[in-house]
Amino acid sequence: MRLFPKEVESLWTLFTGPSIWAAHFLGCSIAVAVYCEKAGEAPITFAQMRLFLVLITLLALAGIVLSAWLAWRQWGFGSGDPPHDAPTREDRLLFQGFATLLLSGLSFVAVLFVAVPLVLIEACQP
Amino acid sequence: MTNCSKRKISGHLPIAVSLVLAGCTGSQSTLDPAGQEAAEVHHLFVVMVIGGGFIWLAVIGLLLHSCRGQRQTWSEEGAGRLIAWGGVAFPGVVLFALLVYAVWLMPSVRPWLARTVPEPTQIEVTGEQFWWRIRYPAEDGVAGFETSNELRLPVGERVAFSLRAADVIHSFWIPSLGGKMDMIPGRTNVLSLLPTRTGVFKAPCAEFCGTSHTYMAFSVVVMEREAYDDWRRKQASGHQPEGSEGERLFIHHGCAACHSVRGTTPVAALGPDLTHFAERETVGAGTLANTRENVGRFIRDPSAIKPGAQMPAFDMVPQGEIAAISEFLAGLR
Ligand code: HEC
Ligand SMILES: [Cu+2]
Repeated sequence: MRLFPKEVESLWTLFTGPSIWAAHFLGCSIAVAVYCEKAGEAPITFAQMRLFLVLITLLALAGIVLSAWLAWRQWGFGSGDPPHDAPTREDRLLFQGFATLLLSGLSFVAVLFVAVPLVLIEACQP
Repeated sequence: MTNCSKRKISGHLPIAVSLVLAGCTGSQSTLDPAGQEAAEVHHLFVVMVIGGGFIWLAVIGLLLHSCRGQRQTWSEEGAGRLIAWGGVAFPGVVLFALLVYAVWLMPSVRPWLARTVPEPTQIEVTGEQFWWRIRYPAEDGVAGFETSNELRLPVGERVAFSLRAADVIHSFWIPSLGGKMDMIPGRTNVLSLLPTRTGVFKAPCAEFCGTSHTYMAFSVVVMEREAYDDWRRKQASGHQPEGSEGERLFIHHGCAACHSVRGTTPVAALGPDLTHFAERETVGAGTLANTRENVGRFIRDPSAIKPGAQMPAFDMVPQGEIAAISEFLAGLR
């Protein structure tokens, strides 16, 4: 049995990268908000929470890289040039692969941007 | 014709430039910092402007280059590379670096913890329509006291502000000293600032709060520690009743129901404390210069000067009595 099916024929894979970004963004913001509201009660320190969020960030980045690799494969590892606009099934697949690859790149950068404050934030505001 | 107008423009250019630059200095400018936080913000601004300037030059340069006729066209591959590096990689890296720089500055621009000093003086400032209530804590044997519309700070020492609002949202902003912080009813926000040079600065309310929002400012006097301590001692001790006509009228007309003059009238807290009113630079929270004439005008009809002001008009009081009251207030040093 293959871990990843050889071909993905669904539009949903297009959104993998942006969905990971959105989930990471929400997860981080909510975690810090809850932590700061419950500061004092929480059993972990600020540094521990930060470490936890950095791990989550690495996980998110890994997920995006994986989706990028799948997209790259769908795009035939760059064997053909865009725009892939012929009305054929082949071109539709290649187009989707290419678009997914670009979106994964964008999501990767976006997750990094979200992570910057996580690393540099000092403490909760009283 | 073209030549002539060119000369005209270049002749006026220095004047125009110096006029624009003159707006960068003064008592209410972020570009002329007198505090540590303001200096950081200023630094960030300069870095951004210079960086932005270079990028603008590069983009305009490219634009001019592309407009210079069809001498030699780029290969599709070359153009693709230019777009990938100049349009994706470069902005991505630059924006990332700027974000890191700006976020890295934040703790120093907004040191809510003020972790660098043991326990900074904690001054309470409350925004009210349309003036500022200021409470100083007791410090080295000098009792705490309340004043209004003029803040005094010792130079070179970190101070923390507890910021509140009595009615609607206001915003506390001393551009020369640092960034602003909203004052929100039901909340206490903390801001800490470090003034680095003595002087008098202006601080406007920075959140629309009603009809006289633009007439809601306070002055900030940054002074040497010794002068500050003298001032504090003087503030903490009120006055002795002097039995003057103005003082009698001040109580007779009910001013004392809202305004305190410590030592002479019972405590009242509806309006600004007037104990050392004569020291203030302005009357009406930064609205008019503090002259006898302006004080008289303000008392007669505050709303004529500050629309919607929360002090009733006293235009039924005879001119002579208002003059006597102004005289009394002018003596409150
Ligand atoms: C109902 C309460 C009330 C009464 C009575 C009242 N005032 Fe006021 N007064 C205020 C309020 C509120 C302000 C702040 C107005 C503003 O700046 O928006 C004020 C402001 C002032 C100021 C300006 C203070 C400053 O720091 O700029 C002076 C001076 C003053 N009042 C004098 C008087 C005198 C004199 C009387 C009596 C004739 C009087 N007030 C009666 C509420 C009152
Ligand atoms: Cu205001």
